[in-house]
Amino acid sequence: MIPANLLTWIIFFPLLGACLIMAVPRRYPSLMKVIALAATIPPLFWAGYLYLQFDRWNSGFQYVEKLPWIKASNIFYYVGIDGISIPMVLLTALLCFLCVIASWNITEYLRGYFALFLLLDTSMMGVFCALDFFLFYVFWELMLLPMYFLIGVWGGPRKEYAAIKFFLFTLVGSVLMLIVMLVFYFGSVDPSTGLHTFDLTVLMNQSAHFSLLRNHTIRWLCYLALLLGFAIKIPVVPFHTWLPDAHVEAPTAISVILAGVLLKMGAYGILRISYPLLPEMAAAFAPYVACLGLVSIIYGALCAMAQNDLKKLIAYSSISHMGFVVLGMSVFTNTTAIYGAVLQMFNHGTVTAMLFLLVGVIYDRAHHRDIDRFGGLAKSMPIYAGYTGLAFFAALGLPGLSSFISEALVLIGSFQEYKMVTITATSGIILTAAYFLWTMQRVFLGPVQKRYISLPEISFREAFVLTPLALIVIVLGFYPMPILDLIGTTLQHTVAMVAP
Amino acid sequence: MIPATFIQSNLQGLSFFGPELILTLAILILLVLGIVLPFWRYRLLYTLVGITALAASLLPLFWLHPPAAGLPYLSELFVWDWLTFFFRPFFVVAAAFTILLSQASLEIEKETYSECVLLVLAVTAGMMLLVAATDLLMIYLAFETMGILSYVLVGIRAKDSRSGEAALKYVLYGAFTSGTMLFGFSLVFGLVGSTSLAQISSHMAAAAQNSADHLLLVLVLLFFLAGLLFKTAAFPFHFWCPDVYEGAPTPITAFLSVGPKAAGFALFLRFFYPMFTSDQGHGLYKALAGLQWPAVLALISAITMTLGNLAALRQNNLKRLLAYSSIAHAGYLFMGIVCLTGQGLRSVVFYLVVYLFMNLGAFAVVTVVAGAGGSEEINSYRGLASKAPFTCVAMAIFLFSLVGLPPFAGFIGKVYLFAAVISEQIYWLAVVAAVNTVISLYYYLRIVKAMFLETSPGGIQISVPLSFRLLLASLLIPTLGLGLYWQPLATVIASMF
Repeated sequence: MIPANLLTWIIFFPLLGACLIMAVPRRYPSLMKVIALAATIPPLFWAGYLYLQFDRWNSGFQYVEKLPWIKASNIFYYVGIDGISIPMVLLTALLCFLCVIASWNITEYLRGYFALFLLLDTSMMGVFCALDFFLFYVFWELMLLPMYFLIGVWGGPRKEYAAIKFFLFTLVGSVLMLIVMLVFYFGSVDPSTGLHTFDLTVLMNQSAHFSLLRNHTIRWLCYLALLLGFAIKIPVVPFHTWLPDAHVEAPTAISVILAGVLLKMGAYGILRISYPLLPEMAAAFAPYVACLGLVSIIYGALCAMAQNDLKKLIAYSSISHMGFVVLGMSVFTNTTAIYGAVLQMFNHGTVTAMLFLLVGVIYDRAHHRDIDRFGGLAKSMPIYAGYTGLAFFAALGLPGLSSFISEALVLIGSFQEYKMVTITATSGIILTAAYFLWTMQRVFLGPVQKRYISLPEISFREAFVLTPLALIVIVLGFYPMPILDLIGTTLQHTVAMVAP
Repeated sequence: MIPATFIQSNLQGLSFFGPELILTLAILILLVLGIVLPFWRYRLLYTLVGITALAASLLPLFWLHPPAAGLPYLSELFVWDWLTFFFRPFFVVAAAFTILLSQASLEIEKETYSECVLLVLAVTAGMMLLVAATDLLMIYLAFETMGILSYVLVGIRAKDSRSGEAALKYVLYGAFTSGTMLFGFSLVFGLVGSTSLAQISSHMAAAAQNSADHLLLVLVLLFFLAGLLFKTAAFPFHFWCPDVYEGAPTPITAFLSVGPKAAGFALFLRFFYPMFTSDQGHGLYKALAGLQWPAVLALISAITMTLGNLAALRQNNLKRLLAYSSIAHAGYLFMGIVCLTGQGLRSVVFYLVVYLFMNLGAFAVVTVVAGAGGSEEINSYRGLASKAPFTCVAMAIFLFSLVGLPPFAGFIGKVYLFAAVISEQIYWLAVVAAVNTVISLYYYLRIVKAMFLETSPGGIQISVPLSFRLLLASLLIPTLGLGLYWQPLATVIASMF
């Protein structure tokens, strides 16, 4: 059951499923769904195996596979995971599995939908496992194509605008990354072979860089370009404007993937590429990055407060919560904040997935998401209200639920470095509590609206998708060690690299 | 009395001249067939003759491999080297797809079909001559063979006024630029006293030291540049391109966008080939103090791509849009030439190969849709994906490849071009190209959007014949395949240049 090239299987198994779906005749829609589901279960199983087998005391890369791809340019198919990637691989495997189930009610162009979805799955897994810069870039860009179509074809009324905006914004960031990638390629030499290389583990080695890459201005510009590319993805205010549009128009499952996994790719890129390759620049930029994080926290929360569309509210709250990740990643004096940041990446993935799934549930029934048109839903849909309450409390950082710990770790860690910033950031939590509680009050409490009195309760399928996420949120809220264990050693290593 | 050795060496040279001879023979056959046979019944026959001739012209390549240093033949008017060797199949592939497209297209009337095939073969022979030529006179002759016959091809739809207008524009611009180029050639001859490229390049080094000849040299280079920029549709000689591309029958447009364009670049490489291969030469053009060669070319490259992309944003006619996009691609291609390095040369050749497939593919889809009852306007592509899914997926892949997104071949081509300027540390040009990539995405996506995201209320009923789907598939395979595994092509190019 456990194949030898485990990571390759995890990455490409969904793609096999996509190819199979393309071959299914149009008149068997349920077969396509079953294949899609079957293509996401083994990766989830293998990810679970990885979790159990992962060596927590090793800061290096594990499950490494390296095959020559294009010898002429010294490009390798090189994959492996460390403590930063493994939570992301787990998250991706889990969310992709759940999202296939959440997509069960898709009726139009099923074949295209599931084939693109599985392609998206492959590209995301690829990003989190790639250790060759070129391979990383290919997966990173590959993700754009299915996402464009998934938003653009199956999305809401303004889907075309949202899809193209998402595509253009992300491409700006990635072409800059392409230039940086080539600068690194020409600016460094693998000491063991004497050739230019895309191998990230070699590029991390500062002695592999020669004259061109020792130039301070070039390093500064490279860092800036990478930061811009990743900041668009996270997204950090002021590069966030694509996100609310994309979220609002995307179908439920795609919103979940977008918020749950894609946003993490930005933060992951910073940890995987920017920090190890340009550590001294990371330290130099840290205060500005912290400020960007702060602005995202406050601005995202304020915007969320002003929204009447539930999905938009959650989209802005995502910006705010990802701000904590950015803030946490900018602290190098201790490892607490950066632990918090990576933990927050995972926790935000599960919590926000729940939130978007819950919005999808209500949208399927009421066909709108306007907060002010709901009311008293707790009476007509008590179980749904229960799930939503849990997700809302998790999102606003109630102790005992997962987000609390990660946000607390970020704030504890960053307080020692940036006192004023941290104190201001704390107000973001208060704002978050305010808008979630207020939303809760408007949607679930008060008198029941007549036309929603007989709204059907959450279905078994919907509950089945939400329950694992809810369990994770509760368990990690009390005991975050399962994830902290995984990331600890690698993060200590990263922090030591940036701030020796 | 002609010496026997002269005759003998020329007879030997004829063996390298095989492809051109085979094509000439086919042209003669077609001429006769066109007169003898009632033209409307034998479309397939003409196609067969054309394709067979093209295939046969490649046969000598299997046993004739050029020596590394190149082998001059026919009184040193031509050279048999890797550049010649490489571009022959390239032109043949372009011509073959053009003929197949024309056969399936309704745009070319039955009455003129035999002439169309014949002219395509003749232009191909002209292009082959052009890459092999090492003498200014021969270069000019080949240049005009290729040029004049393409003017006729553009105007082949005699009853269509748009076609006639396009041909006229093409002729006028072409005459002007080739006149300019010829003037440059005569200056060179006056300066050096020879028309052979080898002698010219060795004289250039001496002339560069001499301040009196210096200005003249700069002039010569600029005049020469005019002809090349015209053929490659680069700024400031790009004005003809959208009108000509729009007016010409679509298969011919496809041909012009890859064949003569590539020939223009091949000539560029030919002219600077000695400079590419030696470090001395590399320095020579940088040493021409009056003309900052890399700066001039970098500027042309940046302006060309930006101009092409910005103009393409506003087009609603797909042929015009692709015409402007091909201007932009000329700009990208110049990135590889900017520094006159071996790496740059290889990136240009690589990109040309990739561009051949993806651009032909895009034009093939335009032909299909126009032929199946649609038009060339973007509006007629609305909702097409549900009616012709394979064609639309193919089009989307060609377009994404043109943008330069992985995992398609266009991405790899672009990476090589970016690599060429970045390794020479011309970062600003890389950034300009990056911004241009984003701009270009917008207008390519408009087509994708129309096909997949929009719906049209009435809509055309479209049925794509199997032959067309096979044609598209044969262009899709390299577009996808070279994006995933391009090692063989990269190795071949690296070993040749």
